[in-house]
Amino acid sequence: MQPLNLLLLTMLLAAVAYVLGSARSRTLAMPLGGVRHLKSLPGYYGVRAAIWCGVPALVILGLWAAFEGKMIQSIVVGTLPDTMIPDTAGEASLLMSKIGNVANGSLPPGFVEEPVAKAAELLQVLQVQSKIYMTGLVLAVALLAGFVGWVRIRPLLNAREQVEAILRWFFFACAGVAVLTTVGIVFSVVFETIRFFEQVPFFEFFFGTSWSPQLALRTDQVGSEGAFGMIPLFTGTLLISFIAMLIAAPVGLLSAIYLSEYANKRVRSTVKPLLEMLAGIPTVVYGFFAALTVAPFISDLASAIGVEASSQSALAAGLVMGIMIIPFVSSLSDDVINAVPQTLRDGSLALGATQSETMKKVIFPAALPGIMGGLLLAVSRAIGETMIVVMAAGLAANLTANPLETVTTVTVQIVTLLVGDQEFDSAKTLAAFALGAMLFISTLLLNVIALKIVRKYREQYD
Amino acid sequence: MSTVSSTITNKMQAPDDKAMPVTEDKVMPVTEAKPEQTVLEEGVTVGTPFADDPKFKLRDVEVFYGETQAIKNISLDVARNEVIAFIGPSGCGKSTFLRCLNRMNDSIDSCRIKGSLLLDGQNIYDSKRDVVELRARVGMVFQKPNPFPKSIYDNVAYGPRIHGLANRKSDLDDIVENSLRKAGLWNEVKDRLDAMATGMSGGQQQRLCIARAIAVSPEVVLMDEPCSALDPIATARIEELITEMSESYTIVIVTHSMQQAARVSNRTAYFHMGHLVEVNDTSKVFTTPEHELTESYITGRFG
Repeated sequence: MQPLNLLLLTMLLAAVAYVLGSARSRTLAMPLGGVRHLKSLPGYYGVRAAIWCGVPALVILGLWAAFEGKMIQSIVVGTLPDTMIPDTAGEASLLMSKIGNVANGSLPPGFVEEPVAKAAELLQVLQVQSKIYMTGLVLAVALLAGFVGWVRIRPLLNAREQVEAILRWFFFACAGVAVLTTVGIVFSVVFETIRFFEQVPFFEFFFGTSWSPQLALRTDQVGSEGAFGMIPLFTGTLLISFIAMLIAAPVGLLSAIYLSEYANKRVRSTVKPLLEMLAGIPTVVYGFFAALTVAPFISDLASAIGVEASSQSALAAGLVMGIMIIPFVSSLSDDVINAVPQTLRDGSLALGATQSETMKKVIFPAALPGIMGGLLLAVSRAIGETMIVVMAAGLAANLTANPLETVTTVTVQIVTLLVGDQEFDSAKTLAAFALGAMLFISTLLLNVIALKIVRKYREQYD
Repeated sequence: MSTVSSTITNKMQAPDDKAMPVTEDKVMPVTEAKPEQTVLEEGVTVGTPFADDPKFKLRDVEVFYGETQAIKNISLDVARNEVIAFIGPSGCGKSTFLRCLNRMNDSIDSCRIKGSLLLDGQNIYDSKRDVVELRARVGMVFQKPNPFPKSIYDNVAYGPRIHGLANRKSDLDDIVENSLRKAGLWNEVKDRLDAMATGMSGGQQQRLCIARAIAVSPEVVLMDEPCSALDPIATARIEELITEMSESYTIVIVTHSMQQAARVSNRTAYFHMGHLVEVNDTSKVFTTPEHELTESYITGRFG
């Protein structure tokens, strides 16, 4: 039986165990005078029986599916003559895919060496056997354990406590998945970054002012030496993020103030969703809006007033990115401003302050830490944004502070380094991981600072 | 619950009852049979609701929240430099009425106010009326202490600053000191004027709010259950303060504590379900109330 079908069957058995388990507990409760004489509710006995039936069987199924391939492979390779035993991991996987192809019929047995053809036959047999054993074992365990669990239901058995304990572990495992994934990402980035620094000096990466990640195929090639200075990329990132925040911070903040303090209910209920719709537009759409509409407009405008501007510019990308993060800033600020207690507003108004005085002198200062936190989160969003920059700001790594020139950002370079066919041990590819690590560290720092500020703000009214 | 309030409840449910004619027939004679129904007629207040040369002259005031009428045709005078207490069961409209006196209901969209409300003969709700000036003259202290998350000094200086009351820093210092002294807080905070106001105890915070309110030299101070969030000692301190303040300010205080009303006020107004039932000298209200609803309330039969 296929593992997926087996999985479904086991779950069905567990469901049956649930029904039988709760039925048995009811039956046991009858002579005692009802369900209230049981230690736990019938449902808990049912869940307990289902766990007994399902969990061990599923664990066996999972382990079998995980190790089946390796076991069969080592048995199959063991039958080959010594001369054909592969030396490296690469050869081994080539050989196994050859055997696999023969076994599933996509490669005729006559085309390959005899031992390989024999190994393929063996593989086929083993795979069939493995399926049969797996099915048998899993079903046997499910039925047996389910039966034991069912038999052991007693009125004094505290099924609830056991079920709750197991559930706690289950929840723990779910939380663990998220944490482990993060740890996994961090480690994969860290190891590749270490490999990068084996090839490119530390100093050059952090302080180099030129970025041109080409590697020579021949030593006499023109422009052969690659340059891996991250300074132009980070200045490009900062420039674009700065322009974006220049747009998003005031517009987002002031619209939040308008919506939370001035707008009446009807305006608020219309404008707020409209504003938040900006957040729902895919970044690709923003990207071509920037590339096809805003960038040419800026370039035309600049030439009209006699300033040199390239057709792709940091300004175009920054402006559009700023519009993109307006809803981010405005909805965070709106929440923070609304969190300022109404009593403070009343207190200020009762002293004869106008609405804007109340806003400027009481609400805004009280909300400021939270707003700062929101702005920092928006900055980390801007730093991580890629698509708009690819389309509107270009790819050339210029070290410049002129917003009308083409610049590029860290994320864009990571994309260009990893797109297409790449070898995974050249400095060029590994540079992407080093950049990723730097980006990760800087946004992490920003988030930590932002969270610290937001937390401090929370304690303020107590 | 008394028979009176249950009668009123029956009356309010009448629209529902109309769906079932049988019930209506049963209820209606009962409602008509009760003589108390007639005494809660709109605009009728027993006792002495009016004064000569009043600070506030309030006539035929009605307040609506959307379709609901919260205040039903109330007429009342608040005399100069008196302390008048508003008492009554929860939801009887006393806070709503209080908030009309400095237009704090303006910020509630659904709130509509009818009638004539005059402060020193001038209409509070005149469309040309400057609400900033009104609120500078009629200060307010709220139920829960609400100091701004600023320093103690900045809290008291807030009002004088927005109204431009001080030309020099030293003037402002004087105003802050005087206000804190009047609120009986100066000796406790004079060494830490730069400390955050939110770090003070609840009683101190409430006295700070009073200092903040009197820093703009109002003529009237409205107090909306100013002691309900405080312990008995802090309450006693505030009550002392109210007595001291009554020399220079007109004070309107809403309270749920009848002992408090008895201790601090000259006159007491009893509200019931949006009606102003009785206004009399405090001693009279608490010893020989004229209206039986007032008597029921002060003897603890409901509320």
